[in-house]
Amino acid sequence: MAVVTYRDALNQAIREEMRLDPSVFLMGEEVGVYQGAYKVSRGLLDEFGPMRVVDTPITELGFAGVGVGAAMVGLRPIVEFMTWNFALLAIDQVVNTAAKMRYMSGGQISVPAVFRGPGGSALQLAAQHSQAFESWYAHIPGLKVVMPATPADAKGLLKSAIRDEDPVVFIEGEMLYNTKGEVPEGEYLTPIGVADVKRTGADVTLICHSKTVSVALKAAEQLAADGIDAEVVDLRTIRPLDHETVLTSVSKTHRAVVVEEGWSFAGVGAQVVDVIQREIFDELDSPVLRVTGADVPMPYNKHLEKASKADPPKVIAAVKRVMYLEP
Amino acid sequence: MKTTERKPKAGSAPSVAVTAAQPDAETQRSWLRQMLLIRRFEEKAGEAYSLGKIGGFCHLYIGQEAVAVGSLAALRGDDYITASYREHGHALARGISARAAMAELFGKAAGCSHGKGGSMHLIDASLGFLGGHGIVGGHIPLTTGMAFAIKYREEDRVAVCYFGEAAVNNGAFHEALNMAALWKLPAIYICENNRYGMGTALERASAVYDISERAGSYDMDREIVDGQDVLVVYQAMQRAVKRARESKHPTLLEIRTYRFMGHSMSDPIHGHYRTREEVEEHRKRDPILVWSEKLKADGLIDERGIKALDADVISEVEDAYRFADAAPDPEPGELWTDVYAGNREQGTGNGGVS
Amino acid sequence: MATTVVMEALSPTMEEGRLVEWKKQPGDVVAVGDVLAEVETDKAVMELVARAAGTLLAHAVAAGTTVPVGQALAHIGAAGEVVAAGAAGAAGAAGAANGRETTPVAPVAVAAPPLQAAGGRLKASPLARRIAADRGLDLQAVTGTGPEGRIVLRDVETAGSRGTAPSAPLAASRPHVLTPAEPAAAGSAYTDVPLTQIRKAISKRLAQSIGPIPTFYLTAEADMTRAAEAREGLNALGEGKVSFNDIVIKATALALGQHPACNAWWQEDRIRYWADVHVAMAVAVEDGLITPIIRHADRKTLREIGAEAKDLALRARERKLKPEEYTGGTFSVSNLGMFDIDEFTAIINPPEAGILAVGRIGDQAVAYEGQLAIRKRLRLTMSCDHRVIDGATGAQFLRTLVRMLENPLGMVW
Repeated sequence: MAVVTYRDALNQAIREEMRLDPSVFLMGEEVGVYQGAYKVSRGLLDEFGPMRVVDTPITELGFAGVGVGAAMVGLRPIVEFMTWNFALLAIDQVVNTAAKMRYMSGGQISVPAVFRGPGGSALQLAAQHSQAFESWYAHIPGLKVVMPATPADAKGLLKSAIRDEDPVVFIEGEMLYNTKGEVPEGEYLTPIGVADVKRTGADVTLICHSKTVSVALKAAEQLAADGIDAEVVDLRTIRPLDHETVLTSVSKTHRAVVVEEGWSFAGVGAQVVDVIQREIFDELDSPVLRVTGADVPMPYNKHLEKASKADPPKVIAAVKRVMYLEP
Repeated sequence: MKTTERKPKAGSAPSVAVTAAQPDAETQRSWLRQMLLIRRFEEKAGEAYSLGKIGGFCHLYIGQEAVAVGSLAALRGDDYITASYREHGHALARGISARAAMAELFGKAAGCSHGKGGSMHLIDASLGFLGGHGIVGGHIPLTTGMAFAIKYREEDRVAVCYFGEAAVNNGAFHEALNMAALWKLPAIYICENNRYGMGTALERASAVYDISERAGSYDMDREIVDGQDVLVVYQAMQRAVKRARESKHPTLLEIRTYRFMGHSMSDPIHGHYRTREEVEEHRKRDPILVWSEKLKADGLIDERGIKALDADVISEVEDAYRFADAAPDPEPGELWTDVYAGNREQGTGNGGVS
Repeated sequence: MATTVVMEALSPTMEEGRLVEWKKQPGDVVAVGDVLAEVETDKAVMELVARAAGTLLAHAVAAGTTVPVGQALAHIGAAGEVVAAGAAGAAGAAGAANGRETTPVAPVAVAAPPLQAAGGRLKASPLARRIAADRGLDLQAVTGTGPEGRIVLRDVETAGSRGTAPSAPLAASRPHVLTPAEPAAAGSAYTDVPLTQIRKAISKRLAQSIGPIPTFYLTAEADMTRAAEAREGLNALGEGKVSFNDIVIKATALALGQHPACNAWWQEDRIRYWADVHVAMAVAVEDGLITPIIRHADRKTLREIGAEAKDLALRARERKLKPEEYTGGTFSVSNLGMFDIDEFTAIINPPEAGILAVGRIGDQAVAYEGQLAIRKRLRLTMSCDHRVIDGATGAQFLRTLVRMLENPLGMVW
């Protein structure tokens, strides 16, 4: 297997799908001549030309709508938002049209579009550039929400998203683009809607997605030194949520901690906790806890920002609480 | 309350008909029938709404029939159309049957959107009639996207968008037209300027009164068109269609028209924001009246013929009403279908106690 | 200091015994092992032996009385010693303890009262509640170590293992019960297999729907024509007659050897697969039924089985069987053919997992090798405990058994 960056894994996915299917095209700000704001689309303009790698004006609402309209008549657009913070401008097209056309038309019209870009925080980008909105989109019936944490998952899931007949919100991470990982050779797809156990364990389940997967894995390593064996479940897809993998794991360990990037109120973890307590109440030895981002706009200062994020010490403290161990 | 009608600037007079290039008699009479169909259908829909058979919102097209009929007559069967929520007339003119349209207004399974869309979302993909959209201006970028797809696939279709003048100050309008002009896409943007965005007269919402002037911001071709004369509309559309099909340039058509009813069924005809006198004045240029007079003058139909047409249309509408009234509601299971591609047959079932 | 003679549990299921006859009288000197009395249990008439040496002091119970297990019957002590009446019950523990294995009684809570006190709601995690319920633990008696005294998993786990503390508060101690079947089967090798999740799930579900033992039944018909010929031939060889039942027992034992999954016991939290085959045969006695065991039936010859079966049946009817002769079977066979029963379903003898019901052998008109023929046919019905034996498993065993019966030389193949 080759070791590839998350960024290049995405590039490979887009390139492969564009080669396989002429109706797939990429549009967004700086995707063409600039080679991509985060270089995800490096080299694609050269290979596919300006009709298929389309540089747009700074008009999120407009070009998201263009993507949706094109999808309604049979193309398969990949609409890149430079970050999901800016996609707020386009949310009308994603939520009011893309998510609902199939339903409102009684099944006549599909919108096989992928909306992708980095979400959540990076380093000191401050309040307007650090937001995690996955729970907003996961709230909408008609959308799928996918968030890969590793290069292998990024490639496999983006390919699946492009082939999906439904609109997919595909949230990456600026802090993930440079991470490296093994990616299988050859053609492969990772199924949407299936979580992945990244580390097996027996004592407690850590449920995480995207950037918090590495946080959970680091915490698990440190916990192992204390004799606590943590299982790490990477959700990979937020909607539809893989109940089975989560419930099987927590039925085994009887304790769970959700680790998420977004704010606490009505966040992804709230849904996970609801599913667990509703379905396997009798398996729980303690309440399910969540480690989330601090419930504040993201501050600029480096230390304040660090304090606001989920990190291994916070995860470890939560694990000790659910295991009734002194902190 | 006094309303003012600003005079348009010089150089932007509405287009006039080119009498030499008229379609044949049969076609001209068919336009009258179509306009009558829309008129009687809308009247019936208004009645049905007051009886509670149509719920939610109902936006009637009465007074604007010539715009839909004239413009759609210039299109091909494989062209793409999007419209706002005042789209009953466009749907009928495009070929959705009165039965399918009325049944959709009634929310029945036999409706063109299977009862899942309603008045604002009449959709028939087989006719290229892609809705029926509820967000003001929100669908305009969709048409740009459809025109993009046409160019992408190197076809010669055309994508058409109908919206009201209140949408032209919206960000989506601006973004969509800019990209269409920038990328040279085969799109036609038809602004049906009926002078009132719900209760707000155009001059109270727009710094620049002439809608068509906005095209100048994008270096886009434009025309101002008299929307009460179906032939004028038809010919203006023909020019725009030619421009789109052949030279891949978009056009902004400002078609000046008037709606005789309120914005929607909850809105009075006059009183709040316009006077009875104003409405009465505009009724003199009722498009059906205008066209009937023209056909009679040209000897293409007489009064008796008109009455026969009207009677025929009325019975078609009555039939549609009875059909819609008797048609069954969607099965309860339809609540869950068509959310995602996979679940036409089975729903996700996530509702109620979960 | 006098030793109390108590009514002992002389069979695993005995709860009371009838003192049939005193064999020693007050004043008699007894040695350890002397027979003090005859006691009738639920299964047989048994001998009650002395556990101490000395003089038998007064009888506390008259002949013919039925007393519960654990109650004092007499005392052995120094001649002339007087025993206080009240000492009877409490000393029971000492008397029966010699040389016997005892199973600890129900687990008892540690003395410290739980932190959750007076009138408050009991706080326990859902998991702890479920485990406590499964194990029959009283949460009131468990100390919670979670926040605000919440009882959590580790609390019920440690409570469960604190079994053997003597409990002052508990009144009359439970009788010391023979651990079921351990002495009788002692010496035989076995493998305990902890229950897998599938097993646990099946057992829980099925038990709820059917009753204590989720039972299913398999029927098969064996052609006994060749077996009948073989039997005639064998019996012509000389002494030691062989009955059809002996043949069935032997074949069953051999088939169990080939299908060890059916040679097992249900043990609540595990399944015990026995390495040896001990076939219990049901014998009707005057007021009931008893199942003497032919041990290692797979290794015995038909004549040995025949002789043993006859002897066991006789002594069974005379109520003279020893416990080790009717406990410790790994599988049972019940035959009502002699009562002209065509077929029947037998009740499983727990903790065994299966029982074979044997009907009569009779002439039937059947299709045999494509022709209508009169053959000797036997109907067998196997009852299986589904917690241990699945359909396919039981069916395979039964098929092997039938084949052996139909081709008797297979028994020595």
